[in-house]
Amino acid sequence: MSDDNKTSATYPPRVIAEIQRAAKEGIYEIRGAGAKRSVPNFDDLVFLGASMSRYPLEGYRERCDTDVTIGARHASKPIKLDIPITIAGMSFGALGANAKKALGLAATAMGTSTTTGDGGMTQEEREASKTLVYQYLPSRYGMTPDQLRQADAIEVVVGQGAKPGGGGMLLGQKITDRVAGMRTLPTGIDQRSACRHPDWTGPDDLEIKIRELREITNWEKPIYVKVGATRTRYDVMLSVKAGADAVVVDGMQGGTAATQDVFIEDVGIPTLPAVRLAVDALKELDMHRKVQLIVSGGIRTGGDVAKALALGADAVSIGMAALMALNCNAPLYEEDYAALGTAPGACHMCHTGRCPVGITTQDPELEKRLDPEEGARRLRNYLSTLTMECQTLARACGKSHVHNLEPEDMVALTVEAAAMAQVPLAGTDWIPGRS
Amino acid sequence: METIDLARVAVRDLNRRLQMREGDNGETEFSVLNPGGAHALAAGLTHPINVTIDGHTGYYCAGMNQEANVTVVGNAGTGVAENMMSGVVRVKGDVSQSAGATAHGGMLVIEGDASARCGISLKGADIVVQGSVGHMAAFMAQAGRLVVLGDVGADLGDSLYEAQIFVCGTVASLGADCVEKEMKSTHKSELEALLASAGVDTDASGFRRYGSARQLYNFNIDNAGSY
Repeated sequence: MSDDNKTSATYPPRVIAEIQRAAKEGIYEIRGAGAKRSVPNFDDLVFLGASMSRYPLEGYRERCDTDVTIGARHASKPIKLDIPITIAGMSFGALGANAKKALGLAATAMGTSTTTGDGGMTQEEREASKTLVYQYLPSRYGMTPDQLRQADAIEVVVGQGAKPGGGGMLLGQKITDRVAGMRTLPTGIDQRSACRHPDWTGPDDLEIKIRELREITNWEKPIYVKVGATRTRYDVMLSVKAGADAVVVDGMQGGTAATQDVFIEDVGIPTLPAVRLAVDALKELDMHRKVQLIVSGGIRTGGDVAKALALGADAVSIGMAALMALNCNAPLYEEDYAALGTAPGACHMCHTGRCPVGITTQDPELEKRLDPEEGARRLRNYLSTLTMECQTLARACGKSHVHNLEPEDMVALTVEAAAMAQVPLAGTDWIPGRS
Repeated sequence: METIDLARVAVRDLNRRLQMREGDNGETEFSVLNPGGAHALAAGLTHPINVTIDGHTGYYCAGMNQEANVTVVGNAGTGVAENMMSGVVRVKGDVSQSAGATAHGGMLVIEGDASARCGISLKGADIVVQGSVGHMAAFMAQAGRLVVLGDVGADLGDSLYEAQIFVCGTVASLGADCVEKEMKSTHKSELEALLASAGVDTDASGFRRYGSARQLYNFNIDNAGSY
C-alpha cells in the first residue's frame, strides 16, 4: 500500500492547522469549555452489581436516599441538599442573566445548590436560588459583605480545573455596561482577573482569612475551598488545615468561559485520580465525611455521579453538563454556529459572547433564545435523571444511601484507571501500585 | 464609652458586640484594650460607631468595614480595612501588606508607612499614606485614590485601571501601563479636599499624579512584551 497520503501521528492535520494558525496570528488560542483530549475517566470503571455475596435493593420499592449535609464542621448553619449533585460556579458575565436564572430555578426545584462566579451576585440569581453558594475569588469583583451575608455558603476559590494557576478571563465583547458596573471596570475592556488573592498567600494566611470570613458572617456559613486538581493530596490537606468545612476538587475536564487552550489541555490532572487522592488525604487526617468533598470536572451521567461517590466524594458539581441541558451545543441556529466557525457538538465559543443558543452571552437578542423557565425545566429533568441513575446503581449494589457506595463495588477496565482509582483491574485482584 | 478588654474577652465576643448583634444599648463609642496582634478585630462592622483599638492588630483589622470609624493606636497587620465599603479607618502606626486591598469606599488613613501592595485591586476607596509605601502599590487598582506623602517602591500602579495616584516623594519605578499625568488645577483642588478630609496638613502643590495609559485594556499581541 502506498504511503503517499499517510498522515503523521506527530503532525496530524489538526496539529498542522494549529501551527499555521499560530504562525499567522502570533497569539495563542483562547476558547471556552474544558479539556477535549482523551483522559482516563469514570467510563473506565464499572460496578460489580449484587450477586451471591451481596443483596440488591428492589429498584422501585426500597428507598435509596440521596441527601447530603455540607458544612457541619464549623458552620452553625450547614446546608442540607436533597441530592448530591450541585451546580458549579459560573459568573453572570460569562453567562447571561437568563442562564443564571435557569440554573437557580432548576437547582431550587431539585433541592440542591447553585453557585455564583466572578463579579458577585445578581438579585435575579439570589431570588431564583434557594441555596446559593457565593464564590470568593482573587479578583473580588463585585464582592461585598452584604452579599456574603446573603449567601448560604462561601466558596474560597484558589483554582479551577480548567486552569489551575490561572485567573479569570472575560473578553471585552462580554463586558457590557451592567457587567462592567458590577465589576467596577471600564465597559468593553478585556478583563483578565488576578490569579492570586490580593491579601493572603499560602495556607497559613488562608486560615486567618477563613476566620475573618466567619467573623463577618457570624460563623453561620459553611466555607468551602475550591482547588483545581493538581497536587491534590497536599491541597486537600492544607485546605482542611486552613479550616475549610468542605473542599471542592475540580478536575482538568472542568470547563471555563475563556482561557488559553494550552492551559485547558496541558495543566492539571483528570478528575478520576483527583477524587481518590482527595479521599486518601481526608482519611489520612481522619476527616473523611467530616469535611465534605465535592468533586467536579466532566461529570455527565448518573454513572459518573455514582462512581465519584463510590470513591468517597460526598457530592459532585456540574457546570458544562448543566449548560448542555440548557441547550449548549444543541443543533439549533446552526447558521450561527457556522458563523463562529464551529458546529453543534464542537462549539467552545463561549469567550466570543456570540453563543448561538443564548447561554454564554450578554447580547439581548441572543439571550432571548433561552427561556429561563423552559431551560430550568430541562435542567431539572436532567438532574432528576442523574439522581435516578445514581440510585439505580446504588440499589444494584445493595445500598440504601448513595453514600454507602464504596470502592469495593467497582473494578477498572484499564490499567491506568486501576492505578488512578486504586481499584482492581477487572478480572484480577491487582491494583497497580500496591504490592 | 464602653471598654472591651481582649485580655478578658474573646475576639468572637468583641466582634459580635461591635457588629451590634447583641447588647445593642445605643452605645456608639468603644475602646478596645490589649489587642495583642489578634486577627480580624472589628471586622464586618455595619453601623456608624467609633472604635479605638489601643495597641497593635493582626491581619484584616476592620475588614469589610461599613460606616464605622475605627482607629488603631499602633501598627496593623496584613489587609487592614480590606474590602472596606464605607467609614473611616485610621492607623496611627505602620501597616503591613495589602492595606486597603479591594476596598470599595470609605477612607483609610495610615499615619506611618505601608508595606507592599497597598491598595491592590482598589475599587473606589481613598487611601492616604503619610509615610512611604512598598512595591506594587495600587496593583490592578480599578477605582479610587491612593495618596502617598512619602516615597513609593517599584512597579507603582502596575496594570492600573481608573484609580488615581498622587505621590509627593520619589517613585522607584512605574508598573506596566502606569504613566505620570498632568496635575491640573482641578486635580490639585481635588487632592487638597482629600487631604483635608484625611486630616493631613500639607501642601498639595508638591504632588505628582499618575494614572493608566489605557494601552493594555484590550489584549494586543504587540503589547505582549509589556507584561
